[in-house]
Amino acid sequence: MDPSAVISLLLVGLARAMILFIVSAGLTFVLGVLRVPNVAHGSLYMIGAFVAFTIATAFGQSSAGFWFALILAPLVVAAVALIIERGLLSHLYQREHLMLILFTFGLMLILNDLVKLIWGAEYRSVTPPEILDGAVTLFGFNIPRYSLFLLFVGPLVAVGLWFLSNKTRLGKIARAASVDREMVGVLGINVSWVFAAAFVIGCALAGLGGALVAPTTSISLGMDLTIIIESFLIVIIGGLGNTWGALIGSILFGVSQSLGLLFFPQFAIAFPYAVVVIVLLLRPRGLLRSAW
Amino acid sequence: MLKALVEPRWLVATGIILLGLLLIPFGAPLFYIYILSVIFVTALLAMSLNLVLGYGGIYQFHHAVFYGVGAYTVALILTRTSLPWWIALLAGPFVAAATGLIIGWFCVRLTKLYFGMLQISLGSLVWIIVYRWYDVTGGDNGIHDIPMPEWLTTFQGAYYFILAVVVVCVGLMFLLIKSPFGATLQAIRDNPQRCEAIGINVRHHKLIAIVIAAFFGGVAGVLFATLERSVFPGLLFWVLSLEILVMCLLGGWFTFAGPILGAAIVVALRTVASRYTDYWTMVLGIILILLIFFLPEGVMGFIQERVAAKNKAPHPQRVEEGSGS
Repeated sequence: MDPSAVISLLLVGLARAMILFIVSAGLTFVLGVLRVPNVAHGSLYMIGAFVAFTIATAFGQSSAGFWFALILAPLVVAAVALIIERGLLSHLYQREHLMLILFTFGLMLILNDLVKLIWGAEYRSVTPPEILDGAVTLFGFNIPRYSLFLLFVGPLVAVGLWFLSNKTRLGKIARAASVDREMVGVLGINVSWVFAAAFVIGCALAGLGGALVAPTTSISLGMDLTIIIESFLIVIIGGLGNTWGALIGSILFGVSQSLGLLFFPQFAIAFPYAVVVIVLLLRPRGLLRSAW
Repeated sequence: MLKALVEPRWLVATGIILLGLLLIPFGAPLFYIYILSVIFVTALLAMSLNLVLGYGGIYQFHHAVFYGVGAYTVALILTRTSLPWWIALLAGPFVAAATGLIIGWFCVRLTKLYFGMLQISLGSLVWIIVYRWYDVTGGDNGIHDIPMPEWLTTFQGAYYFILAVVVVCVGLMFLLIKSPFGATLQAIRDNPQRCEAIGINVRHHKLIAIVIAAFFGGVAGVLFATLERSVFPGLLFWVLSLEILVMCLLGGWFTFAGPILGAAIVVALRTVASRYTDYWTMVLGIILILLIFFLPEGVMGFIQERVAAKNKAPHPQRVEEGSGS
């Protein structure tokens, strides 16, 4: 087997892991702060991809269109999330998890049909900007430029989230509120808006993931269904609510899938799932400490 | 013995409904017979979930796996081997129960949301295998034209067969809930710590409950395979699991018959709504959210509450009349 081919396959897997990380970081953030397992997270990711397509098309699929889409799509998704949170979800925080998961399932059903209504069932695509198109040769390995870009964006998001939850007032309140909501409220902080902000940020990450994945794949209905399961798995093996856990989980997921492609192409998709089972056998509550 | 378990009037009501269901094929169009069969199968599936969810308080988020495993067992045995049909039909529930044992063994170490999410992951692993293993399971095409004995291929034959099996299963589930095991299960739901303290092996009981629920879920899967004579990976996809959860919620999960009602409503709505609109899932989503906001106990729970309020009503009313005049 050609070693340089193996390494570039691994790098592509790692790049895919970065998209998984961005989406599951959003999911785990919402889980950690709000304790809401958001099944509709995948739908928001899909909406992000479709919005990116619409914006990119409005700019004639030019390079500028891609960059605008990358910035605007997460904002559109954030707006959708804000409406959902203020209008519906904020009235349900006192309910049990089961109701919350079913609520987000209802949201998922509605959002998916809305996507079908607005964009139809055809396959869509976004052209990557010229600067990220094609491949470069680094140390003798052939690597798609877009993968390098993803490998740059992923850690950026990780650092941003770490900064947000550890260095900003909002992040500190959010972490405190996830441990003891009432106590934070008693201290005179408007917990409700902190929760809204956390939900919106988490969902915006789903939108960002969708916008980032848009140039690498065909955008279609149903793209939400696999990503949501994958993100749930990543969140579990990483430890619920733990951003770094989500990063490790995503890398395990992406790399094991690449290795699977190398050895058993037909069952490549099953490899990450096997990794999840092994991790959970050894550490039922995930690799890193859960926020709960 | 039965009298001690059920109020006579409920027994009479059940008898009348059953008699009605037995007579329906004589007058109804084939389409309705088919839809009723679908409702029976779905109702059994929802009830088997409610066994662990409503009575056990277990977050069984991926129940459809057992349904799909039961159905696929039948399909695989009948298309890949030359074993007779009844062996396939008997094997389905047991394979499903074995799957329940394996998945449950991992999951019972966790509780609540962790349990549910781990179950979704393990269930999805089974789904991936079915979805990808083209040589054996047919991948996303599924398996079609499963050979069945002649009498089972007619709508009426399937109807009576399904009705009989479902009635037996529902009866067994009812006895189970009224048994000491059922009582223990409900005690674990209400207070696991206390149960642990008085020496009940909570994990053990939960695991047994999951295996039993998987068995009945498998029966529902077998019935699906006999009715449709085809299987596909969607049967064990997680979206279906959440749909079954919705049925339990819709009917009311602390009631025994609630899931039947929930399944009937969902199947009937799907049949009617999908005739008029392509956006049937949106309708379901809106109903679900309305339900969560306004009727969290489900339809059956709501009715029971009302009946209970009515039975209690005379007393406070009299007091009110006395003080009012």
